[in-house]
Amino acid sequence: MAAPSVSCGAAVPYRLFLAGRVSFAREQGLWKAAASGLQTGTRCQILRLKHSPAVTTTKNVAALRRESYTVDFIKKQIEEFNIGKRHLANMMGEDPETFTQEDVDRAITYLFPSGLFEKRARPIMKHPEEIFPKQRAVQWGEDGRPFHFLFYTGKQSYYSLMHEAYGKVLHAEERQDQLRAKGLFSEKSKSKDLIGSRWLIKEELEEMLVEKLSDQDYAQFIRLLERLSALPCDAAEEEFVGRFRRTVTVQSKKHLIEPLQYDEQGMAFSTGQGKRKTANAEAVVYGHGSGKIEINGVDYLLYFPVTQDREQLMFPFHFLDRLGKHDVTCTVSGGGRSSQAGAIRLAMSRALCSFITEDEVEWMRQGPGFPGGSDGK
Amino acid sequence: MLKGMTRLVSRVHKLDPGRFSHLGTQAPQCPVAHLDNQVPTERTRAISRTLENDPAKHGEQHVGQHYNISIQELKTVFPHGLPPRFVMQVKTFNEACLMVRKPALELLHYLKNTNFAHPAVRYVLYGEKGTGKTLSLCHIIHFCAKQDWLILHIPDAHLWVKNCRDLLQSTYNKQRFDQPLEASIWLKNFKTANERFLSQIKVQDKYVWNKRESTEKGSPLAEVVEQGIMRVRNATDAVGIVLKELKRQSSLGVFRLLVAVDGVNALWGRTTLKREDKSPITPEELALIYNLRKMVKNDWQGGAIVLTVSQTGSLFKPRKAYLPQELLGKEGFDTLDPFIPILVSNYNPKEFEGCIQYYLENNWLQHEKAHTEEGKKELLFLSNRNPGLLERLCAYL
Repeated sequence: MAAPSVSCGAAVPYRLFLAGRVSFAREQGLWKAAASGLQTGTRCQILRLKHSPAVTTTKNVAALRRESYTVDFIKKQIEEFNIGKRHLANMMGEDPETFTQEDVDRAITYLFPSGLFEKRARPIMKHPEEIFPKQRAVQWGEDGRPFHFLFYTGKQSYYSLMHEAYGKVLHAEERQDQLRAKGLFSEKSKSKDLIGSRWLIKEELEEMLVEKLSDQDYAQFIRLLERLSALPCDAAEEEFVGRFRRTVTVQSKKHLIEPLQYDEQGMAFSTGQGKRKTANAEAVVYGHGSGKIEINGVDYLLYFPVTQDREQLMFPFHFLDRLGKHDVTCTVSGGGRSSQAGAIRLAMSRALCSFITEDEVEWMRQGPGFPGGSDGK
Repeated sequence: MLKGMTRLVSRVHKLDPGRFSHLGTQAPQCPVAHLDNQVPTERTRAISRTLENDPAKHGEQHVGQHYNISIQELKTVFPHGLPPRFVMQVKTFNEACLMVRKPALELLHYLKNTNFAHPAVRYVLYGEKGTGKTLSLCHIIHFCAKQDWLILHIPDAHLWVKNCRDLLQSTYNKQRFDQPLEASIWLKNFKTANERFLSQIKVQDKYVWNKRESTEKGSPLAEVVEQGIMRVRNATDAVGIVLKELKRQSSLGVFRLLVAVDGVNALWGRTTLKREDKSPITPEELALIYNLRKMVKNDWQGGAIVLTVSQTGSLFKPRKAYLPQELLGKEGFDTLDPFIPILVSNYNPKEFEGCIQYYLENNWLQHEKAHTEEGKKELLFLSNRNPGLLERLCAYL
């Protein structure tokens, strides 16, 4: 990788070095990138180099380690990616216009099957924005004057964000005072948009600002945002706050209990599904019966000659003291004999939930040590 | 196995937490068990046992009850033929009790009303594994023995088509093979079972064994049997002669013949025996099987043929096959064609109850939960009322 820079007049193209991240059809971009980078390269750097040739080598070595890509390079990559996507769509025989990223992933796993365990080491083809880390664009112009007014703070995006947020806070407080003066102030609850979402974590914020932050900076920022969200905001401010919140999937604690269904004869029944290892089972438990269990059309005595498997089947009914009271019909596939027995057991328990009270469902879930459930029947 | 299964019932609170309820400790809860056992003994005896020990008098009301066979009778009637687990049970309990069940009763009814002038009727007992076909057959044999029939009982025809060490070329017919060991064992047992008949029946042909020995016409069948037992080389031929003579003479009406074969599907299946050049032997080439096939045809009168088809011990048949069609194959089915099939199924609730009571009486079930309702329901579920499985399960308790 040192070859292009040394041969091209030792300009310090530390932004141009690519440290070998494999991607689809990227190698051809290498030389072109180096060439284009030189043209947009910094002249100030070249000026410095004239009087310190010895330093050049060390700078090159140091620069080798840092990776940077120019805007043009990224744009070139994006074009190549799109063209490559169309080629891929053609190869797979699909319509290039409606070729989504999921189709791309599927095509790549089909064309390059990999047995590697580390998923990130397998071949991927994604949009360059996801692959190349976000780079800072050149921060200063031709005259060496930085663009941003907060450049010399060191963390320009962070401080500009803080400045903006504080401006919004002042604005909101001003509005609040005005409303109070007019007497139209009303307490509004803000809790609704805070539920189900969380603030960005520090790494996510760093990624967004493309800047390193310290913990104190991050804490300060979050405190400011919380102060802002506590005030009555209008839509623009809410949108601003919303940019820094991520949704959190709320896991429902309760397992939905289906109500009983009735078939033509009026017999109550309910279905349940269960999985264990690679076995899938679906069970239909009928309300009134004599304790017969039929699996894939075969009696359970013939299907599970081993006593251990039949004990597994017995357990849900035995626990609820309903041994001879229900008929079961189930289908199972996959797995071995033990996992099939476990899957059917789970499916039967889930189906049985419809026949018993909520307390007993909780009792079943917690196990026998949990106080509850009716004593005797 | 499930350990530490505790229940929804309030009994949980009464038991200590460390107690395993299923397949737990073997230490019998002696005082508790005895108390429980002694009080309802009379009642349980009424459910599980009957005093009627003559199979001829068994009827519908005895279904689910066990009747006793004395040990002497056992030795004479069943020198071979009882399933090995049953033999072990007899030894443990010191008594032999068979349960009266519907299929056996049905067969007994037919046998009582047979017309001995007509050709022998074939009855085939079939059913899934462990439902009680062999023991039903034994029940029938006991009945016939009591009625003074001549019993020709082949305990397991599968034993004749596999695992035979010594196969000799038959002296009688060069294409066939002899099995001296099996034949001699069978002859010994046959002699024990039918002592009294052997001196009465006379052979009607002269049979020459070798240069020095021969059996004259008119000598009792016992001599043929003795010859077979002493000269093991001629045992297979002796068996063949016995079968031929019996078939011929039962039509005369001197005695009544019962042919009982267990695992008759072995006669038409494949064998695992091979010749010296490793080519397989078909059943027809075994002299024992060949003669037995002749016996099972219904071209003689004066008796009955009761057969069972079983998958246990059968060769090259899938585990789930239990119907006669599947197990006999086309050839066997055609040969046996007009037969009366009798299905032997799992216990019905009454029989199940009777069986459990019998075990409890003999103090076979030591688990403290065994005589409770829940315990019975567990056993019911786990064995699905299959007699064989129930017996194996109870062996652990």
